[in-house]
Amino acid sequence: MLLIHCPYCQEERPELEFRNGGEAHIARSRDIAAESDEAFEAFFFIRTNPKGLVYERWRHIHGCGRFFNAVRDSVTDKFLRVYKAGEPKPADVMKNLPEHSAWENIPPADQNVETPARDRVSTDGEA
Amino acid sequence: MRKYSVFAIAREAMRGHKGWDQQWTSPEPRKDYDVIIIGAGGHGLATAYYLAKEHGITNIAVLEKGWLGGGNTGRNTTIIRSNYLYDESAGLYNHALNLWDGLSQDLNYNVMYSPRGVMMLAHNVHDVQVLKRHVHANRLNGVPNDWLTPEEAKEFCPPLDISKRARYPIVGAALQRKGGTARHDAVAWGYARAASARGVDIIQNCEVTAVRRSSNGHVIGVDTSKGFIGAKKIGVVAAGHTSVLMEMAGVRMPLESYPLQALVSEPVKPCFPCVVMSNTVHAYISQSDKGELVIGAGTDQYISYSQTGGLHIINHTLDAICEMFPMFARMKMLRSWGGIVDVTPDRSPILAKTPVPGLYVNCGWGTGGFKATPGSGHVFAHTIANDNPHPINAPFTLERFRTGRLIDEAAAAAVAH
Repeated sequence: MLLIHCPYCQEERPELEFRNGGEAHIARSRDIAAESDEAFEAFFFIRTNPKGLVYERWRHIHGCGRFFNAVRDSVTDKFLRVYKAGEPKPADVMKNLPEHSAWENIPPADQNVETPARDRVSTDGEA
Repeated sequence: MRKYSVFAIAREAMRGHKGWDQQWTSPEPRKDYDVIIIGAGGHGLATAYYLAKEHGITNIAVLEKGWLGGGNTGRNTTIIRSNYLYDESAGLYNHALNLWDGLSQDLNYNVMYSPRGVMMLAHNVHDVQVLKRHVHANRLNGVPNDWLTPEEAKEFCPPLDISKRARYPIVGAALQRKGGTARHDAVAWGYARAASARGVDIIQNCEVTAVRRSSNGHVIGVDTSKGFIGAKKIGVVAAGHTSVLMEMAGVRMPLESYPLQALVSEPVKPCFPCVVMSNTVHAYISQSDKGELVIGAGTDQYISYSQTGGLHIINHTLDAICEMFPMFARMKMLRSWGGIVDVTPDRSPILAKTPVPGLYVNCGWGTGGFKATPGSGHVFAHTIANDNPHPINAPFTLERFRTGRLIDEAAAAAVAH
């Protein structure tokens, strides 16, 4: 079971008090009906699912009831940072990440992909 | 490959068992292949086997970053059934169920398929309605599934407590008699041996680190821990790591990877004749031929690649098991473990071509892929060989999340997710 630090309660509490809210920093469109099928798919279904740094939402349902964000390493399940909802995505956590072999890949952007099959829709929510 | 038979056993018994061959070869990778399958689990090896057997493509490598069958193939609860609600699912899973029949003979390897029956319990009115709907839908799809009264259920599975005072009273059950279990390791080993005998190279300890593509976008091969290996076609069959591999090819997937746990007890004498599942209280249990109770727990709520999960998840399942089968309350649990399952938004798999030419993906089996191993390999081999899906897996596209033609077993699943 994870021990999670709630940034509002300023306390480390067991995971049973929390509900995971999925990937963080995915912005919902202001006019969802006007979204293209591709954009809606990217918003609703496509997930980064990274092996490494996960930016995710948690809700302290059996505590303060509020949403917050966390940065966690999905290989070790260790939390690197928690921060309140609405705060920007912390950029400096990457250097704390231990190395994983899968992360030594060549980033897709650097591969000679002239016609990326499915465009990398947004940089939001990507590790 | 020397055929296994009773005569082979007798012959080897006379010779001190010195004449057995290695079951499969472990060659160094060649420079290039017609097809590379990434992931030597049950689904990947089955794909390679059917490519070789049914489509005459034998210049195949199966790359595995760890050891063969060491991922979810070796971590599941070995349950086989096909009582899914929707037509598409029933078609796919029943295709697999039909292949389980005779698989041992086909592979010349005893996979210990044991159609002992899979029983799903109903504890309340809602369960009765849902399970009866499944029974009727299954029968319309040609999948035999029977509705049982509590007395009939008790007769089929004597350890059930059907008294009214039970904590979770049993008011009925759905029984798929052809469901059951198989030996998970033997499935991987059997497919590996049979594929290897047809010329497939199985390369273990070979991690793919990048997917290479030509300037027109077509795949040309993979970088691995053993160097570059060229390929005309690549099939990704990597379960929980599918997102990581597809990212290397620039394809973002509708998948999330969660730890799913299972556990086994100490081995005891035969006491539990079939597989029993209860979705409402989240318990499912069977007894292996070795005598261990095999118990499946749930997934954790967060994404993880750690192959381990929270203890409270297991505890929750054991609470339910002890309530339903008090005779197991004092059993000691021997081992528990986690596997990383790739879950799609509609809980149905993706078996399809991808937007990248020459790249195919077989993923999204979530918490229940073992049962589909032969069928999945069979139709995925067809998809790779013909660059076109088999009619059975045609609905299981990647594009369904754009078009909205979901196969929404998430809401209707017969299984406890």
